[in-house]
Amino acid sequence: MMEPSSVSFSDILQYIIMGVQSGCIYALVAMGFNMIYNATGIINFAQGEFVVLGGLLMVSLTMTLNLPIPLSFAATTLAVTAAGVAMERFTINPVKNPTVLRLIIITIAVSIIVKGAAMGIWGKNSYFMRHFSGSEPLDFLGASLLPQTLWIVGTLVLIVAAYIYFFNHTMTGKCMRACAINRDAARLSGINDRRMVMLSFALSAGIGAIAGIIITPIIQMDYARGALLGIKGFGAAVLGGLGNSMGAIIAGILLGVLEAASAGLISSHYMDAIALFILLLVLFVRPSGIFGSSAAMRLKEF
Amino acid sequence: MNMKDYIGIGVLALIVAVMPFAVGNDYYLGVLVFTALNCLTCIGLCLLLGYAGQISLGHSAFVAIGAYASALLTTKLGWNPWAAMGAGIVISLVTAVLVGIPTLKLKGHYLAMATLGFASIVHVVLVAAVDITGGPSGVSGIPRLELFGLALDTDTRIFYFCWALVLVALYFAVNLIHSRVGRGLQAIHGSEDAASSLGVNITVDKIRIFALSAVFASVSGSLYSHYVLYIDPGPFDVMHSVLLITMVAVGGIHSIWGAVTGAVLLSLLPEGLSFLSEGLAQFNIQYKTDYDTLIYGAILLSIMLFLPEGLFDGIRRSFSFFSKTNTETERGQ
Amino acid sequence: MTDNPTRSFIVLDRLRKEFGGVVAVNDLSLNFAKGQISALIGPNGAGKTTVFNLITGFLPPTSGSITLNGVNLSGKKPHRIASMGVGRTFQNVQVFPAMTVLENVMVGRHLRSRCGMAVSCLLPQALRPEEKRIREASMVWLEAVGLKDQADRTAGSLPLGSQRMLEIARAMALEPSVLFLDEPASGLNARETAGMGDLIVKIKAMGITIILVEHDMELVMDISDNVAVVNFGSLIAEGTPKDIQANPDVINAYLGA
Repeated sequence: MMEPSSVSFSDILQYIIMGVQSGCIYALVAMGFNMIYNATGIINFAQGEFVVLGGLLMVSLTMTLNLPIPLSFAATTLAVTAAGVAMERFTINPVKNPTVLRLIIITIAVSIIVKGAAMGIWGKNSYFMRHFSGSEPLDFLGASLLPQTLWIVGTLVLIVAAYIYFFNHTMTGKCMRACAINRDAARLSGINDRRMVMLSFALSAGIGAIAGIIITPIIQMDYARGALLGIKGFGAAVLGGLGNSMGAIIAGILLGVLEAASAGLISSHYMDAIALFILLLVLFVRPSGIFGSSAAMRLKEF
Repeated sequence: MNMKDYIGIGVLALIVAVMPFAVGNDYYLGVLVFTALNCLTCIGLCLLLGYAGQISLGHSAFVAIGAYASALLTTKLGWNPWAAMGAGIVISLVTAVLVGIPTLKLKGHYLAMATLGFASIVHVVLVAAVDITGGPSGVSGIPRLELFGLALDTDTRIFYFCWALVLVALYFAVNLIHSRVGRGLQAIHGSEDAASSLGVNITVDKIRIFALSAVFASVSGSLYSHYVLYIDPGPFDVMHSVLLITMVAVGGIHSIWGAVTGAVLLSLLPEGLSFLSEGLAQFNIQYKTDYDTLIYGAILLSIMLFLPEGLFDGIRRSFSFFSKTNTETERGQ
Repeated sequence: MTDNPTRSFIVLDRLRKEFGGVVAVNDLSLNFAKGQISALIGPNGAGKTTVFNLITGFLPPTSGSITLNGVNLSGKKPHRIASMGVGRTFQNVQVFPAMTVLENVMVGRHLRSRCGMAVSCLLPQALRPEEKRIREASMVWLEAVGLKDQADRTAGSLPLGSQRMLEIARAMALEPSVLFLDEPASGLNARETAGMGDLIVKIKAMGITIILVEHDMELVMDISDNVAVVNFGSLIAEGTPKDIQANPDVINAYLGA
């Protein structure tokens, strides 16, 4: 453990870099939660498993089959997106009169199945993956910066740009927004809300997969990581105000930095507990999130 | 009203009494001991989930608190195992109340996530607080329980003791369900507004049933410690919470007997699967125990999709003894 | 008006409720008389249900006070207000669907019985006499609303009309001194509505004060002793059904002139 007095500028910068790196992942997971939540009101407990699937598939394609990274990236994202669609078609869509409890247990069941399948296919090992462009750290004002971190941040920026474009400038995106605001009204104006639900699972799974792909070179993926990634991502989603994806991005990065800083300044053993503790605190004190207004508290309904 | 339940407890007691004679093998008796421990936790969880309608993905934490209180107080401070178990109960109770006060204000998905967060934090602490808990290497040398000078040192004795506790827990649960307090809990499940308009203090009642279910889980954890004699954080991760919910849901959340059915079936499932794998091996099909998790998930999903009231309800419907005159109007209970 | 003691059984004094800037109840001062049927009417969104929710503790008032027989109710939790003898039903019927009809009413005896969790678990024999009393008292109320032969059905399987009756039986099992009925005739056919009217009058005859929110004007004018009209959260008229029917302000509010 480090004495507080010995914390230098470069240490703090290092925490921020580490924090932003994992924070981007939490942000992406949180965006995935929000998409499904906005379309259905469901919190998908299998969200973390999409990330694991993305990471492990990418490992197999690049390391075992030696496919080039761009091709593997696309193939993995597509495959996990298909898994998301399958989840919606076979487990959510057939449920005729769902209760909240039943939906929670169904998504938990899916998460157990994915985890079990991942364990069956990939075993219990952690998998290395080569960095996208070299693993030699760069020097950044005295702190070290992996090129992969730049890939992660860059990917997040691209996804956010695509997200903004999709929801503001495409017909499908606008229809999804309409469904999120008022599903009945959207249905009455001719929007196929069932298709929007399927699309939300597809996008959510795809974003989850991308998060898994870009983080695996740094954290080494294994089959059991889904639960913790999922719950931390949920923490970011709640902190940013559930359903609010721009809030989730800021909250995700904030959560990552807080976690990295407390790991560095207090103790790295308790690192995983920090994000969870923040999640509980937000749920107890301000469940509408730091950006949500307390008047718009429809979220407590669920 | 609860005559059927008392008959059910009697039948279960008979089965328990003859079981060690039917099962000659200590290994399988051991499996049945773990089954009893899961039943104990699931009975409490069912009161919370099926009757009061409050989900918890945090009960692995209370099992862990019971297990670690027993393990640490006996090995490090030399406490009597019964005193340690009692201390575990008190710690679980206090923790449940402190966690329950803010948590049980939340509903549905939020409640599920908050309790899951709580269980994860407890697991992280078990691994990280090496000085106290021994970290990943755990605690060994835990003493056995002794009952009136009789050491519970054979599988048969432990089997009888644990199942006796399950029967007692069932008796408590059945009585509670058919009481004023139990009706209040079911009312909370039905409509919180209506329940409180009739004078049910929903805040306090939710916390009390959460605490009671935590006590059941804690006792189950203590018994685990004194049976296995060595513990590490492994079995107490959030996956255990998920498994407990799975047991209750597979059996059927609306009946305490559903919880017992689910706990028994899923606790025995790994044994069934290993039989299966031996059978498959003869046909040169390889089955790895790694697939067990996958099968758990598949069972849970199929039940939720096709038999949402659970297996016990399905079984009950096929036997006229348990079904009332008009089955189509029957839901829950 | 307030000097007559029977007029001031329930007193709302400058009661106000705002939802994020929207004023739902606007400094409403109103008295309800003991032993009478008082109706609260007004156009949709006038704030009637909000007033009910304020009195029964489901919403905290922004300002103002509510007293029952001189005792302050504002800021108390619903279960505390229930224990002070206030019963209510809900606009969107809220029976406990998975419980039987009898068990629903038995929950209404919650405050009239006292066995706690420990005794319930450990000594079920000790509960028997109390359980018997709860069951008997509940059956009396099921009989009064005509649901005695449905006692063992699950409440969720009853038709809406019966569910509304069940809600009243359940609230009456509480032995309240005042009963708030939120649109008891909504969704009922003419025959059921007439039965509901008879039941309400019967309850009044037992000396219980009844406050009613209802859109069925025929029912309201038929059974009420006193009618208060609210619009935009403010009182616009108060009086006997005859007075109200002749009041030009009321006609304006309803026809939106």
